Order: sequence, then C-alpha cells, then structure tokens
Amino acid sequence: MTNATAKIFDTVIVGGGLMGSSTALQLALAGQRVVVLEKDHPGRHASGSNAGGLRRLNRHPAEIPLAVAAAEMWRNIAALVDSDCDVKLCGQVRVAESTADLEMLQKRVALVRSLGYEHEQLIDRDQLYRLVPTLAPHCLGALYAAGDGFARPYHTLTAFRRKAESLGVVFHSGHRVQALEQLAAGWRVVTEHGGFTGRTLVNAAGAWADRICALLDEPVPMTVGAPMMMVTERLPHFLDLVVGAASRMLSFKQMQNGTVLIGGAHLAAHDMAHETTAIDFTKLRESARTVRALFPHMKSVRIVRAWAGLEAFMPDRLPVISESARAPGVFHAFGFSAHGFQLAPIIGRILAEHITGRPGPLRLEAFRIERFNTTNAIAESQ
Amino acid sequence: MSKSARLAVIGAGPAGLSAATLAAELGLDVVLIDEQASPGGQIYRALAEAPAKRIDLLGDDYRRGRALLRALHTSGAEYWPDTSVWSLDQNRTLGILRAGRAAMLQFEQVIIAGGAMERPVPFPGWTLPGVMNLGAAQILLKSAGVVPAGGTVIAGVGPLLLLVARQYLRAGVAVKAVLEISPRSNMLRAAPHLLRATAGGSYLRRGVKYTADIMRAGVPIHYGVSRLRAHGDRHIESVEFASHGWRGRCDRMLATDSLLVHFGVTPRTSLVCAAGGRLAWDTSLQCWRTQVDQWGNTSVDGIAVAGDAAGIGGAISAEHSGRLAALAAASSLGHITAAERDRLSHADIAWRRKDLRIRPFLNALYRIPPEFLVPDDATIVCRCEEITAGQIRAAVREGHTDPNQVKFLLRCGMGPCQGRQCASSVAHIVSATRQIPAAACAPFRVRPPISPLSIEQLAELSMADE
Repeated sequence: MTNATAKIFDTVIVGGGLMGSSTALQLALAGQRVVVLEKDHPGRHASGSNAGGLRRLNRHPAEIPLAVAAAEMWRNIAALVDSDCDVKLCGQVRVAESTADLEMLQKRVALVRSLGYEHEQLIDRDQLYRLVPTLAPHCLGALYAAGDGFARPYHTLTAFRRKAESLGVVFHSGHRVQALEQLAAGWRVVTEHGGFTGRTLVNAAGAWADRICALLDEPVPMTVGAPMMMVTERLPHFLDLVVGAASRMLSFKQMQNGTVLIGGAHLAAHDMAHETTAIDFTKLRESARTVRALFPHMKSVRIVRAWAGLEAFMPDRLPVISESARAPGVFHAFGFSAHGFQLAPIIGRILAEHITGRPGPLRLEAFRIERFNTTNAIAESQ
Repeated sequence: MSKSARLAVIGAGPAGLSAATLAAELGLDVVLIDEQASPGGQIYRALAEAPAKRIDLLGDDYRRGRALLRALHTSGAEYWPDTSVWSLDQNRTLGILRAGRAAMLQFEQVIIAGGAMERPVPFPGWTLPGVMNLGAAQILLKSAGVVPAGGTVIAGVGPLLLLVARQYLRAGVAVKAVLEISPRSNMLRAAPHLLRATAGGSYLRRGVKYTADIMRAGVPIHYGVSRLRAHGDRHIESVEFASHGWRGRCDRMLATDSLLVHFGVTPRTSLVCAAGGRLAWDTSLQCWRTQVDQWGNTSVDGIAVAGDAAGIGGAISAEHSGRLAALAAASSLGHITAAERDRLSHADIAWRRKDLRIRPFLNALYRIPPEFLVPDDATIVCRCEEITAGQIRAAVREGHTDPNQVKFLLRCGMGPCQGRQCASSVAHIVSATRQIPAAACAPFRVRPPISPLSIEQLAELSMADE
C-alpha cells in the first residue's frame, strides 16, 4: 500500500461492523470502490456480540417502514450475501402478564393498523400457549409477529463482509481513525497506517461514532451502553419463538444448538478508555428472576457465559441515519440504541441510494442529525 | 458468611495453604476458599481422610502435606470448603457458590492460588471414553483408591508418567507400557540446563530410581513416541503409536481399554483473566501464564497469584510463593512495613530460587513436539462444541485471524469448559497457520461465570452491600 493511488476510493467507511459492512456491500453493488477502516477487527463489539434479533414487533412508529423493508431483505438474505446467516423466522411474541399489559398491547395493535401495517397481531391465551407451551401459566395473551425471528450476528457480519470483499471492497482491521482532513472534493481519513481518500465518508463507528462527529465539529448527544446477555447450557428443544414481555426487559430464545440466549438490554458497566465491559450481576439477577417467573422449568438450568457489547444510544432511542448537517459528503449511520441488527440490510441500501444520488421512497426525517441541533439539547442530555 | 475478611485466598493447595497460614499468623483477617471438601489441593488431595495404607502407597511427597494442614488449623485462618468461585472483577468482588447459595463479597486483597491443570493435547481418538488424564486417574487413586482394573497404557511426557506407573505397579495394576513422547532432540535442548538442574535437589535421582523400578517390573518404556492414536468404536480398544529406537521407527499397536495421558501441566488462568489481569505467553512452558512480579502481584491492583497458577514451579515452590504473596498482602494492608516484608521474605526467595533451578531443564526435556501441539485437520480440538483443527485453520484462512475471532465464528471456547480445554491449542493452530509466534495471539477473553451457575442461583444471588 505504498502506492498513493491505491488509497483513493469513492467512499471511505469508518467502522467494520454490520452497518459499515452492509453499506460497503451496497455501494460495491452500485459499482463503487470502497474501503472499510476498522479500529479493531470486524464485529469486535456490538455487531459480534448482540442478540441477533430480527424484530418488527413493537418498534417505534418511525422505524416501522424501515423494519418492514428490512424484513423483506432478511427473508431472502442468501440472494444478497450468499449465506443464510442462520436466519430462523420463527416468530416473536411479547407476552401480557396483566390486564394492563393486555390493554397496552391492544393500543399498540391499533397504532400499527392505523399506520397501515398488518405484521403485528394480538393473540389470545390459547394461541399463546400453543406457540409457547412451556410458558408460565399466568400470561393472558401476546403481541405476535409471525415472520420475525433471529439470526447469528457474527455469521451474518462475516457473510456481509465476505460478499463485499468478493466485489472488491477492501477491509482494513487495526486501522483507528486519527484525523479527518477535508479536501477540495472529499475527505482524507488519517490512520496510523496512512491516509485513505474518498469523495464520500460514512460514519458507521458504532459506540465510537460520536468521536467521528467530534472530528467533524458536529457534536451529538450520544451515549454508550453495553447490553448484557447470557447463554445457558444446551437443552432439548422446547421453544420455537423469540419471547419478550410487555412490562419486563427480556429477550428469550432457544438457538439452533439447544442453548438458550437471554437478553433484555440490562446494561453492564463499561470502560471506554480500555474498551471493556464488566458484568453487573445485580442487574443480571433481574434477568434471571424474569426467566424464573416466565419459564419456571429453567430454574436448575446452568448459565455458561455472560457478556456485553459496546453500543451507541441516542436520547430518543432512534438512530442517526443522515447526511451530515455540517460536513459535505459525510453520511452518518449510528446510535441504533440496541435494536439495530434487524435494520442492517436496509440501512446499507438506504445509504448507498443517498450516496449515489438516487434516494428511494423511505423517509428519513425522524433520523436526521439536525434533530439534536441546539447546544441546549446536547447540554440537557448530558 | 463473614463480610469482614480483608484477604481472600482462593485454593487450598500448597500455595493457598501457605499463604492463608502466614497471613493469619501475621494478624490478617483471612478466609481460605476451596472447591474441595478437604484441604490439600490436587497434590495433597484428600490427605486428611486417606487411610494410612494409601498414604504409604503414595509416598513421602504426599505425606509432606500433613505439616501444611496442621499449620493451617492452628493459624486462625477461616476455611470455607466446598465453595466454588465463579467470578472475580477488578474491584476484587468475588462471586462464590457455597451450599448451593451464590453470593458476591468484596475483599481488600485477593490471592489466587488456583494451581495448574493438565495440559490438554488433542490427538486422534482423545475424546473416546477410556482415554483419561493421568492426573485425574491419580486423583481417583488418592481420594477413592480407584484404579484401572483391566490394566492401562500410560502416555505423554514427564516424571508423572513414571511416578504413577510406579504407584500402580505397587497397587497391583498391570501397566502395559509407558509411552514417552518427548523426542530425543529435547535432550540436546535440555543439556545446557543440566548443571543448574543437578544443583536443584533430589528430582533427578528420583527420576532415575523410578525408571529402574519400572523396567525391573518388566514394563516396556518407549521413548520418542509419535503418531499417538486411540482407536475404538464407543470406547477405546487399542492404542497405536510409532516408537523411535536406535534402529529407526517402529509402528506398534497395543490392545487396551484404558489409556492414561499426561502432557505436563499449565497454569489455571481463568479467574485472573476474568478480573482483567494480563497474561504472558511462556515460550518455555508453551502456554499462557499470569504476568506477575516477584510477590505474585498481577496487573490488577490488590490481586496476586501464587503457586502454579502463575507459572509451573511445583509444590515446594508453591509454598514459597504463597508465603511471599501473604507477606505482600500484609504489607499492602499495613500489618507489616515494607522493610519487614523484605526481611521476612529472604529465606523464601532464596529457597524458591533454588527449587526452581530444575525448571529450565525439565521444560526443555519435556517440551511438547509440534506434531502434538498442532494436530491434523480431522482431530477434534474443542470437545464442548466438537470443532476440529481443520475448521479452525479454515476460519483463520478466511480472515478470522485471532483466537477470539475464531471463537466468535466457530464457538470453540464458548462451551461449558469456557475454553480451558482448547485455548492453547487454538493459539498454536492460529500461530502455525499464520506463521506468527503464539505470543502474538490474544488469549480468549474470559466471560463469567467461570464455573456454571444456575438460573435459580443467580436469581437468589446475595450482594455484599445488601
């Protein structure tokens, strides 16, 4: 890479996680020369360690169109990345444990219907226990999305990366961004291994995206959190669906190998100076109590491992999917607030459409970076 | 449970016994935590309950532990048997499991004396029932007097092969063969260290005596063994190997329903890793060990490692390093001055230095040949997830270039053993495939709980501040 011309690209993407890799793939499909700069290795943090949920269920109304479009892509993901990513579209439920829960879910269904969508439906007690026979007997019904499910995160990331590489995208691990230099037409991204030049710059830096924003003099009220997960020993098959709860923090699913993956976005302690996380057992205990309450047969099952991945959160829990308001030729995709996995394929497509000047029909107003555009908003959130 | 103890010592082997005893004698409030039902660790396992006849069988090394147990009892240290440790963080909060109840307790100082584990070395057929670690077999002998009834073949490296073969012969067990895999070239590597080794004490004399005893009993000892394979359908039925005598290579097959293997021991590092302590790759031990200073202090403030968990030195050195860690803890907690610590440590430092003299010689003599460290494609490396060496090589070639990426992709290291069985094999395979030193590989990140905890136990977890 001593040849300077080898470092000139159409687009330079900062962040080798799922959003960066998906964007790289779509840009390559559109004929662009793309480089992805990853400070560690692809999937080191959130993209490799998330729960892999494919969920339209209970999304913020602004995200529903994106989630529905992404679901179409997941149904046929092998056509895009030559791998099925271990996708299992088994359905997701959000169970009601009280009449108050049930009313909340009824309102949700009404809201989704009013927006013109049919993917979420209310199911009664009998239907719920047919779908989830081992659930504790006190539940009253559930919100149900039949085509939702899950995939394996690191396999998915690897499939996106390999497909992008096959189309000429260059991935550089161990390339941490040190500086951004604005050129007459584009950007030069400086790393300890040299500079990379592109007409367009994409900020898909996950939990480090605010640092890229800071280099662009475009501060954002982003915070970092590390949602915890735990996995059990292998069990005989007992569960097809992904189970959540209306008024508890839970994501509960049995993987293809029989282990049970338990999430729920309880946050670990984290240390950005060392880029490490430390399990908070007081909060993880809450997860265990929730599991015990909803799946009493799990009591004596052994937890094998608990972990957490560093993710970016926005104050309104909506991502930033936006052209920069300050820096021309810069696009942001970060702040997915622990529910970005499912959106990854559509985020890549949307960014590629905007970067190549052919925006599609999906509306991005709710995700613009300008929504935080007062110094007051930033001060308040911090 | 006591919440006031200021020093926790984890592991009641020679290092932990010495550390807890000396710390208590110096006036520290100390609790000794051990997963076994009685103190002694692996080397002095079940010593307190062992009948006199079994102690005679096991010899003087085993008997030595009695003095350590007596000293602990009179020291005033609190002792919690049957207690496992499933978590440790950088704030020295310890997750323990005792009588089925999980609790988190914070200590001002922690000394980890977790000892060593038998080095897992994958070879074809190593996962067949009937193939067992020699150390584990010796534990059955120590704690229950159990031996392989139909006779056995003993394979691997090092003096334990000879020691256990001799113990079995005295117990009337048919030892069909002893297969020593260290190649003759190791003698050349070891030779420069011989002079210092002979100054190191009685180890070599005993090695010679054991060899003579075993040969006198008519048991063949094969040296320079390669191509070790266990065959069988659902259970081992035979062992195949090549021996390299003066007349060249000779392929052999022995019928046996028991194969006991031992490839030396490696430091147990999970707990210190969980706390974020740094490891160092030890090229002479061919594995990771904890990075420590002469007192056993790790890279994490207030957490020390003593004994084999910090690097293999054996039981006598472990006693000295346990005492040194106790002195450092007493000094950190203000019970003694740094000058007193230094004065009280002279003898232990000198004795440990003398005792460790044999190690460079032993490490070179019993160095594991590459054939065993980097198995062929078909051999299973991760038993929990049944991942082969070939899958690991393929993953590395596809760009998953460090052990943690390989773990992400293949799940090797994510099973119930948490990578204890495959971590160093994965590092060796990654380093061989990429042609980089193993020291350049990152060790697996360790995720708690390091020993399994049930949903119910976690749900009922009691916190130190509650």
